[in-house]
Amino acid sequence: MSEPRDGHRTEGQGLGRDRRLVRDLRALGAGVAPPDLLANVLSRVRLGDAYWTLDTPVGPVFVAYNDGGISAVMRAAAVGDVAGFERAFRERHARPAHPVTRPPAALAHAVERQLGGDRRADLRFDLRGRSDFERAVLLKAREIPPGEVRPYGWIAREIGRPGAVRAVGTALGNNPVPLLIPCHRVVRSDGRVGDYAFGGAAKRAVLAAEGLDPDRLEGLARAGVCYHGSDTTHVYCFPTCAHARRITDRHRVAFRSDEEAAAAGYRPCRVCRPALAS
Amino acid sequence: MAAERAGEAGRAAVEGTAAPRDKRRGHAAIRNRQSASELPEALAGDLDGSFERLVRDFQDRLYAFALRLTGSPQDAEEVAQDAFVRAYRALCDYPPERIRSLALKPWLYQIALNVARNRVRGRRLAVVPLDGPDGRPRADPPDDERRRPEAAVERAERRDDLGALVAALPERYRAAVVLRHVEGLRYDELAAALGQPVGTVKANVHRGVRLLREALAEREWRDEGGR
Ligand SMILES: [Zn+2]
Repeated sequence: MSEPRDGHRTEGQGLGRDRRLVRDLRALGAGVAPPDLLANVLSRVRLGDAYWTLDTPVGPVFVAYNDGGISAVMRAAAVGDVAGFERAFRERHARPAHPVTRPPAALAHAVERQLGGDRRADLRFDLRGRSDFERAVLLKAREIPPGEVRPYGWIAREIGRPGAVRAVGTALGNNPVPLLIPCHRVVRSDGRVGDYAFGGAAKRAVLAAEGLDPDRLEGLARAGVCYHGSDTTHVYCFPTCAHARRITDRHRVAFRSDEEAAAAGYRPCRVCRPALAS
Repeated sequence: MAAERAGEAGRAAVEGTAAPRDKRRGHAAIRNRQSASELPEALAGDLDGSFERLVRDFQDRLYAFALRLTGSPQDAEEVAQDAFVRAYRALCDYPPERIRSLALKPWLYQIALNVARNRVRGRRLAVVPLDGPDGRPRADPPDDERRRPEAAVERAERRDDLGALVAALPERYRAAVVLRHVEGLRYDELAAALGQPVGTVKANVHRGVRLLREALAEREWRDEGGR
């Protein structure tokens, strides 16, 4: 050990300072890991998911994610507090969920965009444990634009399983990530809003928040209206399709079925793809 | 070792730096002392079921280590995170007998050190050698701030200053000094973590401490009005 460079100090002062230096160095080790470290590590190696809380039109929800993407969305109204969520998550996924004080910026941003109705939001989902059929149903539901709805039968036909309408309903009812995969945009073929992973009332609230009027929707269905066409373009659509919404009252024609529309010389819209669109 | 660390946590709380979470740290330290030898056994038997405990037991120490290596809380968080992820992937590949015989502490420090080194290599070399021509690691705080009477604030500031001096040490001395004097590793653990002979790491620790002492003395001399 050498002496301090400033030679006017005595040796005693130098040794005292050495002890203080070693003690001060030891105190540098007294840091506490940031609160999100554990959750981030476990979610990256997929031993547990990280989650945070988000405000939505149906109240606060817990959003969980891991390296593979978003894994769960649950309503606080359904599971209760964080302990209730963690319990429900473990029951469903057989692994723990740990809270983070702030989610990764890119992920939080993508979730916000998705909830704001941006369909290009770059969201990935961890759908492990779902069958290929369930996955196909859920990913198809993502294609429905905000403010629009499609019947269960539409999904069944679009994924090449036209006979599996009931199974489509079940798969959507078991959607592990409601709101972010917008299963609320799939309604009964008779026009009624129908069931929802978050419950029927919540479904109406979410649709209304996207600018859709659930009462008007059900009114049309009661009147037997499945489609709207334009007598200028002779194209027919689901009533909530952006193209259908642009038709003025004067030019709007209602159809009860594809056959009726076809018989009137109308062709199906290529965007919303009613039954006969090719 | 574990008892020492629990004591430090108490001191940190007194200084008001870690008060809300020192309890957790204390628990982790006690659990760690009870189970330091059985954790490798648990990991060998059930990696997925025991890995969370490894993170809980070592996260404070690995983060503190990374903080002293990098000098930046954000970099330190990323280094510690990457180190644990790498550790998990390595453990997935190791046969159980290898996990059982692991000295976890130096092994984890070694991984963190490699992560930090790769980051430095991958980005910029932010390290300004202390004994180089630009020995001042950062601007000194303004006088009025340094002379605030609160003892706790002063101690915290002194620690920040010392942390900055440590972060400015050349890497081979920095890693050795931090592992020895900040993390409290034995020299054989130090040698294992750094992959160097005991004699080499001892020499590097001593040289590092001397550089720090000189830097401190020089600054005190400057502060006292000498120029
Ligand atoms: Zn259309």
